Parts: sequence; structure tokens; C-alpha cells
Amino acid sequence: MINLFASLGRAALDLCANLGRAGIMLVLVVVRRSTVRHSFRALITQLYSVGVLSVPIIIVSGAFIGMVVGLQGHHTLEKFGATEALGQLVALSVVRELGPVVAALLFAGRACSALTAEIGLMKTTNQLARMEMMGVDPLGYVIAPRFWAGVISLPLLTIIFDLVAIWGGYIVTVKLLNVDGGTFWSNMQANVQFYDDVLKGLFKSVVFGIVATWVAVYQGNQCVPTAEGIGRATTNTVVYASLAILGLDFILTAVILGGW
Amino acid sequence: MKQRTIDVIVGVFVLAAAIALLVLAMKISGLTNTNKSTSYHIKADFDNVGSLKIGAPVSISGVKIGDVDSITLDPQTYRAVVLMEISSKESVLPTDTSASIFTEGILGSQYISLTPGFATKNLTEGGQIQNTHSALILENLIGQLIFNMKK
Repeated sequence: MINLFASLGRAALDLCANLGRAGIMLVLVVVRRSTVRHSFRALITQLYSVGVLSVPIIIVSGAFIGMVVGLQGHHTLEKFGATEALGQLVALSVVRELGPVVAALLFAGRACSALTAEIGLMKTTNQLARMEMMGVDPLGYVIAPRFWAGVISLPLLTIIFDLVAIWGGYIVTVKLLNVDGGTFWSNMQANVQFYDDVLKGLFKSVVFGIVATWVAVYQGNQCVPTAEGIGRATTNTVVYASLAILGLDFILTAVILGGW
Repeated sequence: MKQRTIDVIVGVFVLAAAIALLVLAMKISGLTNTNKSTSYHIKADFDNVGSLKIGAPVSISGVKIGDVDSITLDPQTYRAVVLMEISSKESVLPTDTSASIFTEGILGSQYISLTPGFATKNLTEGGQIQNTHSALILENLIGQLIFNMKK
């Protein structure tokens, strides 16, 4: 009985300690100043491996998501003879919800896991400790550029995802299912608001980018320095980042952005 | 890979995202730069605006010439004051223009249809449309129909 309470208490304390460490690390990464010239170079390199290398998966899944939303929407709307509303359906669901969330989940799986594994391996092979011994701060040198690259990349990837998904929906509904192209676009333009729909969707993806990358660099930095530890840290990154994205998505949509 | 190549590829990536955002703004959300200097506002009082929304189209003969800017309640007369923005000074409206609220299709959204009159003077910024027809409320129509059938 006592043991039960003890393990519960241990879990709660661990959670608090982890949250505290992660918070301190986030603050340190954000305020850390390394030499501007180096950090810009490092940022570009990380933008390449985190952002550019994620573009193919974003484009392919965006196209398929848009196409399947078009197909399913057509299936239902056809019963009401309202297929002309498909443009609006595809664009609104992609721009407001599917774009930010699916892009963020893919990003967590493709880029964040790689970040964790990379930092974890650096830690396991004592590269981080050696940097510290040489007087180079690993937070500024290794972690900060990766963090900022993730935060910058995800909104850019989301914009590309949105566009490709709408294009996919257009291909299926207009070219395959013979919905009129003119009404598809005009209905879309009349019902999608730039500030309320597009920009609020992008705001969500900025938040997702911060949270997912934060989880990734923290897990990498805190991993147990063994082969097994890297594996577990990478799994944790994908699980925690995905859960955080889905939970935050609900909170952002319902509370902060209001009136959706 | 050489740093220079990476620079170029990242540049292309950022540029592609910027262009995509531009396309989203222009093509998808129809954000066109409405030049405020060529637009003007007119007002109209309605007994009932039904479910007219801000941003609903204002049209003549089905051609959109502007949209609804704001809907407020006049505290004295209890009538709805609809402020419309006519997007171009080119679309001149005679002072005896009448405004009606119609519905697109049976379940569609509501819009304002203007019918130009024959007056020689035109409405200017802040001008008032005198002749208005309220929205048709489906429930009222059904109510009247049932009432008439009982007689």
C-alpha cells in the first residue's frame, strides 16, 4: 500500500522535475547568444536537414489528404446536390485544421525524431561533454540552431502542405468527378478568409513547431547515454510531441482562437 | 555537401513557402487589395435583416459591386442599419435606388440586391437608401400561410 503511494509520488515528482528542466532549457536556448556568424551558418545547415528534407513527405501526404477530403466530401455532398460547395469544404478543412495538424504530426515523426537521435548520439559519444570541456557551450552551439530551425521550418512546411492539399482536392473533384471548376474556386474564395482562416491556421503551426522541437531537443539532451536510451528518447519524442500537438490543437481551437 | 549548395537549397525552400503563402492569400482566400480610396459607403435601414452577415455581397442584377460593412441597431427606431461598401466609384447609384435582402437558393446565405432608380442625382459617401425591402423570414411566411388556410 505504502509502495503504491511511493511510486505515485515518485512519478509526480519526476514529472515536475522534467517539466522544470525542460522549461529551464527552453529559456536558456532562447536567450543564449553564440557568435552571430556561426549561429547563422549552423541555422542554415539545420534548416536544410530539418526543413528541406521534410518537403517530399509533406508534398506527397498533402496531395493525398486533399484528394481524399475531396472524394469523401463529394460522396456526402452529392446526396444533397451541393457539390459546388466542395471547394469551400476542401479549403476550409485543410487550411484551418488538417494542414497545421497533419503537417505537425509528420514533422514530429520525420524531423523531430531525427533531432533527438542526433543529439542523443552526440551525448552518448561524449561530444557534448567534450565541447563543454573546451569551453564551447553545447546549448548555444548544438541545440539552439536545431531548435530555431524546427520553429522556422514547420510554418513554412504547413504553407506548402495547405497549397498542395488544395491542389489535390482540385484534381480529384474538378478533373475526376467533373465538378465545375469555376464554382469550385469562386466558392472557395468567397468563404475562406485570409486573416480568420489562413493566418490563424498558421499561428497554430507556429505553436506546434515550438512545442514539437522543444520536446525533441529536450529528449535528446536528457537521454540515457546508451544505445537503448537513444531508442527510448526517440520514441518518447514522437509520442509526446504528437500528443502535445493534438491536445494543444483542441485548446488553441476552442479557447484561444475562439469563434471557430 | 558544400555549404553554398545548402544555402541555395534553403533559399529555394523559403522562397517556395513565401510564394505558396502568396497563392493562398490571392487565389484561395480571394484577398484582393481593395483600394479604399475608390470605394464609398452607403446606408440603408431595414425592418428586418434576417440572417444577413457582415461581408455578405451587395449586387445589382446579380453582379457583385460591394459588400456589407456593418449591421447595427438604431436605438431610436429599432430598425437595422446596414452599412454597405461599394467597391468602386464607377458604380454610381441614383438616389432613388431600392435595396432588398434575398436568399441564394433555398438554404443559401442572404445578400443585398440593389435596384437602381431613375433619379438624376447619385448617392455619395454616407448616402442613405430610402426604399428598402426586408428579408423574407421563412417562418413568418409559413405562419401566414397556415393562418390564411384556417380562414
